[in-house]
Amino acid sequence: MDLLSNLALGFGVAFSLQNLVYCFAGVALGTLIGVLPGVGPLVTIAMLFPITFHLPAIPAIIMLAGIFYGAQYGGSTTSILVNLPGETASAVTCIDGYQMARQGRAGPALATAALASFFAGCVGTLLIALAGPTLGEWALKFGAAEYTSLMLMALVASAVMTQGDALKGLAMVVVGLLIGVVGVDVNSGMARYSFGIPELVDGVGFTVVAVGLFAVAEIVLNLESREPREVYSGRVTGLMPTARDIKDAAWPTLRGTAVGACFGILPGTGPALSSFATYMLEKKIARDPSRFGRGAIEGVAAPEAANNASAQTAFIPMLTLGIPATATMALMLAALTLQGIATGPQVMLEKPDLFWGLIASMWIGNCLLVVLNLPLVGLWVKLLTVPYRWLFPSIILFCSIGNYSVNNNPFDVYLVALIGVLGYVLVKLECEPAPLLLGYVLGPLLEENLRRAMLIARGDPTVFFTRPISAVFMIATVLIFVIMVLPAARAMRRRT
Amino acid sequence: MPDLRNNRDLIAGLLFIVLGGLAVVLARDYPFGTTMRMGPGYFPTVLGVILFLFGLYVLARGLRTGEKLKGEWGWKPLVLITLSIVLFGVLLDRAGMIPASVATLFVAAAAGREFRFKEVLILAVVMTAFSVAVFLWGLKLPYPLIGSHY
Repeated sequence: MDLLSNLALGFGVAFSLQNLVYCFAGVALGTLIGVLPGVGPLVTIAMLFPITFHLPAIPAIIMLAGIFYGAQYGGSTTSILVNLPGETASAVTCIDGYQMARQGRAGPALATAALASFFAGCVGTLLIALAGPTLGEWALKFGAAEYTSLMLMALVASAVMTQGDALKGLAMVVVGLLIGVVGVDVNSGMARYSFGIPELVDGVGFTVVAVGLFAVAEIVLNLESREPREVYSGRVTGLMPTARDIKDAAWPTLRGTAVGACFGILPGTGPALSSFATYMLEKKIARDPSRFGRGAIEGVAAPEAANNASAQTAFIPMLTLGIPATATMALMLAALTLQGIATGPQVMLEKPDLFWGLIASMWIGNCLLVVLNLPLVGLWVKLLTVPYRWLFPSIILFCSIGNYSVNNNPFDVYLVALIGVLGYVLVKLECEPAPLLLGYVLGPLLEENLRRAMLIARGDPTVFFTRPISAVFMIATVLIFVIMVLPAARAMRRRT
Repeated sequence: MPDLRNNRDLIAGLLFIVLGGLAVVLARDYPFGTTMRMGPGYFPTVLGVILFLFGLYVLARGLRTGEKLKGEWGWKPLVLITLSIVLFGVLLDRAGMIPASVATLFVAAAAGREFRFKEVLILAVVMTAFSVAVFLWGLKLPYPLIGSHY
């Protein structure tokens, strides 16, 4: 069978000593940094990316994926123990996870989170292996028009699905697209928005945007607020959940996995929405909904399974279509591009070792997470007590060295500072930075496909609606926009 | 006359208008082309116009709702963190890895709520040694420990 031989190839790649070491290093580093308070997965990946940049392509992407899971899992640890989500995806875990910790059941909460994540991760990995090739084959039929409307859908969805204001999200996408324009235009060879600076002719580096927007801006934001943080000081004892815990958590884990896997494939929705959705679902079907918010184990298992499943299936559109669904996936896509790998339907055919090796290492990464996290939980708890005043100068230093090392050029470091200021101002104005990053990564692709589509269609924009697949994406884009923006507009009119 | 200072959407709208306007003005130097054969100026001009329009809408909404920013602007951390990053870029080529790292750590630490000299000194020693080990010895990046690159 094809699938089996492909998986065998993948495991052959992933089980090489070198790749195992990088996978392990990625998971360990990701957890180590992701567990630090106030450092989310995006910052972790942005910060560690320059290290992987100096590695060959396959180990680099395997290590990045490991960092991604590690950071994600580290985020749930902080949610449970300190009531401080690393990112929005684990915000839901805080509700019941932190209550369990306060009742002295931090151990079972952590173990449930780890096992639910592991289960969801395995299912997600299997889904990628099954759906990837099918979707990839289908995507081979895509022309420039289909890609253009698909990207448009991803961008609109990412803007509209953010917590904040949908219209500002769309404006942020446009800002990102404009940053993506900076540099040489591939069709005409003309340098755009480079202000005569030679470094800008190559465009704005992606680590520069990611680090400036997420790491630097977030640190400044953390430093200006004065809220004292409640740190969990108790010890974690008795890791293993009881038989009753396992029974209570089993079905929610399954349901969470299913919901998460569906949400992950949809562009723009991502782990955050899926974990909220499953939490609501569990609360609705529970026999006694009042237990939620008071340390219900279902409230930990379901969202953790959902966010891990969707984090996993989010790789499907990124790998097979080259279209990232979330800001984190945009980072992964940019990392692949920098490694000289063009994602899209061809990647499976041209680089099967990379594609299947990555899938196999995802599964290995998930295994390592459980192995690493449960016995070492004491160490992570200690890390939580590291004061922020030691952390942020170190993060700034690593980000500076990392960005300098990508091109061995101080200009990139200055640009990080500049984008950091922009990012801080934007977040202060309640403009979400994630759509900007997605726009920036997709910008050059969107322009290229748009130009090609128009050339083929002789400048007739109706082509986006007359080609059936493209029409579906366009209609979906309009629907997403209408459904999400209209209620908000109506609610605002009622208020004023 | 309502109080316009720190009006959240007014500032955001202005920012979008300025960025969009700037994009359009600068793109005038690039051939626009036609919809069928887009020149290098087509895509950025269209984006600039869209951003400008979004800016107008957000600005108008700011004037109507008058919603304020949450909290104050954090000038001190913003300036010091930015400075610490710029310092690293300036010093690495001219003075070497150790001075650049130490300077960055000290200036960044000064952005925090409390600054304890002894603690920062220990942090600087440990983190500098760590980054020298990882980046210079581990990843073999060609930067001098102390002294100029040239």
